[in-house]
Amino acid sequence: MTRLLDVENLTLQFDTDEGRITAVDNVSFSLEAGEVMGLVGESGSGKSVTAKSVMKLNPSNAIYSDNTNITLHLDSGPVDIMSLKTSTDLQVVRGGAISMIFQEPMASFAPAISIGSQMVEQLQIHTDMNAKRAQEVSIEMLDRVGISDASSRFKQFAFELSGGMRQRAMIAMALSTKPKLLIADEPTTALDVTIQAQVIDLMKDLVDDFGMGIVFITHDLGVIAQTADKVAVMYLGRLVEQGTVRDVIRNPAHPYTKGLIAALPQLDDLDTPLTPIPGDIPSPLERPSGCVFNTRCSANLGERCSSAIPEFLKVTDDHQVACHLYDEGASK
Amino acid sequence: MSDDVLIEARDLSVHYPLRGGGLFGPKPVVRAVESVNLDIGKGNFFGLVGESGSGKTTLGKALLRAAPITRGSVQYDDGDAQYALTNLMGKDLKDYRKRAQLIFQDPYAALSPRMTVRDIIAEPLEVMGLTSSREETDERVREIAAKCRLNLEHLRRFPHAFSGGQRQRISIARALVSKPQFVVADESVAALDVSIQADVLNLLQEIQQEMGLTFLFISHDLSVVAHICDHVAVMYLGRLVETAPTRELFSAPKHPYTKALLSAIPSLDPDDRGKAQKLEGEIPSPTNQPSGCKFHTRCPYVTDLCRKEEPILQHSSDGHEVACHRWEELMD
Repeated sequence: MTRLLDVENLTLQFDTDEGRITAVDNVSFSLEAGEVMGLVGESGSGKSVTAKSVMKLNPSNAIYSDNTNITLHLDSGPVDIMSLKTSTDLQVVRGGAISMIFQEPMASFAPAISIGSQMVEQLQIHTDMNAKRAQEVSIEMLDRVGISDASSRFKQFAFELSGGMRQRAMIAMALSTKPKLLIADEPTTALDVTIQAQVIDLMKDLVDDFGMGIVFITHDLGVIAQTADKVAVMYLGRLVEQGTVRDVIRNPAHPYTKGLIAALPQLDDLDTPLTPIPGDIPSPLERPSGCVFNTRCSANLGERCSSAIPEFLKVTDDHQVACHLYDEGASK
Repeated sequence: MSDDVLIEARDLSVHYPLRGGGLFGPKPVVRAVESVNLDIGKGNFFGLVGESGSGKTTLGKALLRAAPITRGSVQYDDGDAQYALTNLMGKDLKDYRKRAQLIFQDPYAALSPRMTVRDIIAEPLEVMGLTSSREETDERVREIAAKCRLNLEHLRRFPHAFSGGQRQRISIARALVSKPQFVVADESVAALDVSIQADVLNLLQEIQQEMGLTFLFISHDLSVVAHICDHVAVMYLGRLVETAPTRELFSAPKHPYTKALLSAIPSLDPDDRGKAQKLEGEIPSPTNQPSGCKFHTRCPYVTDLCRKEEPILQHSSDGHEVACHRWEELMD
């Protein structure tokens, strides 16, 4: 496999009226071409902000730390994302080498411009196709994602399409420039289960066809289990566990991951009562010291958890966890 | 109407007229709910599931007399009071509102940002004139707040200070403060993170048992319904297609739509990929409904009979009803 993306020490703060908020704290991960990485966490965990950092799509009050390093490996050589300053520089990655699918497809299409014009515009910016060729490619893509009668849908507006259809069109548009990396931010959350199953299938097919890497952001562990090769679990801006999808879901090591799984209603076991994780995710203005999860953790070791930030430790070769329970000599 | 039934709907239909249509032709109508027969037993935790656009919210509203009833009847009988909802007006309608309440989906939109939590919870008591003094109101507010696990000092604060889970507990307290008998919870946990969702579900269940309430729990999430409800009805395009005790429905679903819905839920087992039985297409528009069985456009078992004749809900086994021409042959 060839390395596609390296994110090292990503730390991101926002300057707000209420003070400086740490949204992402020292997050590192990497992605190979053709690999699907699931990024899981509750709302406020920083998963969307992390993914948007890869194309510097965060608002202007975002402050990246000096040691943040994001490298995208393209055929033409590595691109240092943090060194790209102007929007002209960033155009190479935004919509070109990297595409993004958002949660709410109604909000991501311009309402007064036809789906087709938007697809053609994007192709003309990022490729040297002429308008006629761009239209052919767009209709081909619409057809490829399972939209019937693609040439008439091409002329329609976003409001004329159903939710599932709109999300397919969004995917078609995102993939038409043949990106190397696709960021999918909760792409199925707004859809019904039956449509979600169709969209997941479609995305899996497209990974096989196009060989791109995908960062798949979701709060739904079931969706992750069905799509991802590996998983990274985030809580309050920090990665707490990462590994292959089998390792993390079958043998979760971090108390937070265990808690997420125990809180999930499962159909094959209706007798076990649901176990909520006590308390709420703290405000980013009041980040707990030490391990960020210590205020809600049932396995809290006391002093150690509230003062020292846990380092990543190996559970197996492909599975790491940041938790003091697994420190050398920690009392269990 | 039998003694243990709280709500009895017969041939209940809700149609909304649309603008347009020819000068002499029939006006187009949205058939949001069509000929629904439904009994909700006293003390039941009754689940209503279906995709978006299936009419579940409209049905819930009709049972609260918050949607216009076009045809059919709804009887309410809690032992102390009886109401026929179709002709309910004036004082009787107000009285019914004390006994039937609604919990909304989005706890961020449902609470006024300019009222304190105490005022939000007390408002129904004041509007309905259920208490005679401020002391009595405060007493009732404190009582229900404690039941909903709200801290008493929270009562002086404004909703913005609270997290999603806490806000939903405030909404629940507001709905229950008038001591209703019947509560419709419309997607009440859909906006919450899984770790918080489990907490709110457990709370609803506790309160239901303690106060002897009857719940209509509307949700698109079958695994949540499986955990909390004792009876489930499945809706498709305004019709009930299957109703059964929860365990029966989930262990032996009979309608092809129910089967497809169940199989579309993403499994937590990463090795279980692609086994789901996929449903093609999307739910048809309620203005332009297919002939015969409304599900025939997506059903893998469709026959000519299904295209011509609409199946009625028929008894299949104890407490289990299904509306499908072929359920018996499909059982083997």
